[in-house]
Amino acid sequence: MPTFLDFEKPLAELEGKIEELRHLENSGDINIAEEVARLQAKVDKLLRQTYAKLSPWQKTLVARHPERPHFLDYTGRLIEDFTPLAGDRSFADDHAIIGGLGRFRGRSVMVIGHEKGSDTAARVQHNFGMARPEGYRKAQRLMDMADRFRLPVLALVDTPGAYPGVDAEARGQAEAIARSIETCLRIRVPLVAAIIGEGGSGGAIALAAGNRVLMLEHAVYSVISPEGCASILWRSAEQAKEAAEALKLTAEDLLKLGVIDEIVPEPLGGAHRGAAETIQALGDAIERSLGQLGQENGDSLRRLRREKFLEMGKRSLG
Amino acid sequence: MSWLTNFVRPKLQALVRKNNVPDNLWEKCPGCGQMIFHRELEANLRVCTQCGHHLRLTWQKRLGLLFDDGAFGRIELARTDPDPLKFRDRKRYGERLKESQAKTGEQDAIVVAHGTMGGLKTVIAAFNFDFMGGSMGAAVGDGLIAAARLAVAEKAPLIVIPASGGARMQEGIISLMQMPRSIIAVDEVKEAGLPYIVLLSDPTTGGVSASFAMLGDIAVAEPGAVIGFAGARVIEETIREKLPEGFQRSEYLLEHGMVDLVVPRAELRETLIRILRLLRQPRLDATGLVPYQAV
Repeated sequence: MPTFLDFEKPLAELEGKIEELRHLENSGDINIAEEVARLQAKVDKLLRQTYAKLSPWQKTLVARHPERPHFLDYTGRLIEDFTPLAGDRSFADDHAIIGGLGRFRGRSVMVIGHEKGSDTAARVQHNFGMARPEGYRKAQRLMDMADRFRLPVLALVDTPGAYPGVDAEARGQAEAIARSIETCLRIRVPLVAAIIGEGGSGGAIALAAGNRVLMLEHAVYSVISPEGCASILWRSAEQAKEAAEALKLTAEDLLKLGVIDEIVPEPLGGAHRGAAETIQALGDAIERSLGQLGQENGDSLRRLRREKFLEMGKRSLG
Repeated sequence: MSWLTNFVRPKLQALVRKNNVPDNLWEKCPGCGQMIFHRELEANLRVCTQCGHHLRLTWQKRLGLLFDDGAFGRIELARTDPDPLKFRDRKRYGERLKESQAKTGEQDAIVVAHGTMGGLKTVIAAFNFDFMGGSMGAAVGDGLIAAARLAVAEKAPLIVIPASGGARMQEGIISLMQMPRSIIAVDEVKEAGLPYIVLLSDPTTGGVSASFAMLGDIAVAEPGAVIGFAGARVIEETIREKLPEGFQRSEYLLEHGMVDLVVPRAELRETLIRILRLLRQPRLDATGLVPYQAV
């Protein structure tokens, strides 16, 4: 049974009815097939209406949807010979960030990203995509390796944020994130980042200071979660909806602000209703970006990336 | 040099300010709770005479303490759109900004100054905690870029003194983008072969700690300063246990290898000058004096 979000309740009811009717279908009554088709058309219409005007808070919920494709779904479909490389060489291997070598549509690449996990056991194993310093240090190591072997870096961002824990602080969470951003900005190979779900604050930008930043249509990217922002500025997490509006965390607004370069459309009803289609669309967008960046040499890739980030804050929403 | 304002004599400013403060004012030490006579506290550089707790310093006092003779020039910072998102919570961000500007007499939470330390030209960018908690938005990012470029132009070291709760939420994603932006700024100083020194003061947290503040060639911290990424309350709520004693304080960071030195306020100036001289004057002449050309 798929997970329905709160605002999808009417959809859930319709799909429930369809399901019931399908069970009756064996009786051979032709009217049932007609009724199913009629309901299905209704579902599609409702989906289209709902998803055409998702509020920022609804997008936040969609971006966090448990059935949304995650890092390993992308590497599974887009990367051949994916060879994860473990460890930061000084403390541990962090499962919240996965990275490794692989082949993307014929060319060798370094793929790095947050993995949230798709069932309870995996979510615990990957710490819900919240990385510790060793995760960011592994990312640095892999970006430097990519730089050395002239391989483009693909970064898939999907994290609620960096892990807030005593151990993470003790090992220098702040320094690890800072150094990871610095590494993104230093390397002389193409860096294409994609926000595929949640782009949560410092934990996200640690991997996302790229030449091109792509973003899925219903993903969100923000300096703080709407709940966190609400509890500080409204003094109550209840106001998360208002905070989500105010933060301008949708792909549409971020494109206007020049923070992202391209919005990658999601299938009707969001990525969780069409993983294969979503992954394919992101793959196409990445390929286009790599094609454009392929014209530049190492020095100009680095320079252009830095110039782009120096401009951040020059554009505003009218 | 029209973008350089005239020299400010902070000692004069301090005199003017003093007139607003009644002589019999006592201040409570946040460290030990003792009431301290304010004159005594000021004379001791706002370090508690009872327990040694370092109270926060205004940027004026901070710069006055570090530059030779307390003298420095400020540079005017270009203005950007102060409210890129047209942000509104219970109040408009635009209004909050105006209130802070009226309260502090400053445009935003950073001041960029230049002068000499031990005779060596030095650029200092100091955060103003009184301005919205020293939070970092585009204007602070601009200030750091201006400071870095001034340092490169003057071939001077850059010292940054964060005192900041982190990113300025009211600028949303734009404040997050100041993390890469500020890192590029300090990288320009490093690439020019100039020292980039961070003086971590209370507090240095969130997006500020996770960017330029943790990337100093040398990281000096004031005693007892709170320095860390995640807020203590958030961590407590996540792990549901009490935090260890001294957690995220300067001494804790020193113990964990995250800063080079923890230096009491009274020794800060001489320590920074010694470091600058060691880095910038690698050879003394036969008489043991610094060759004249060094500055």
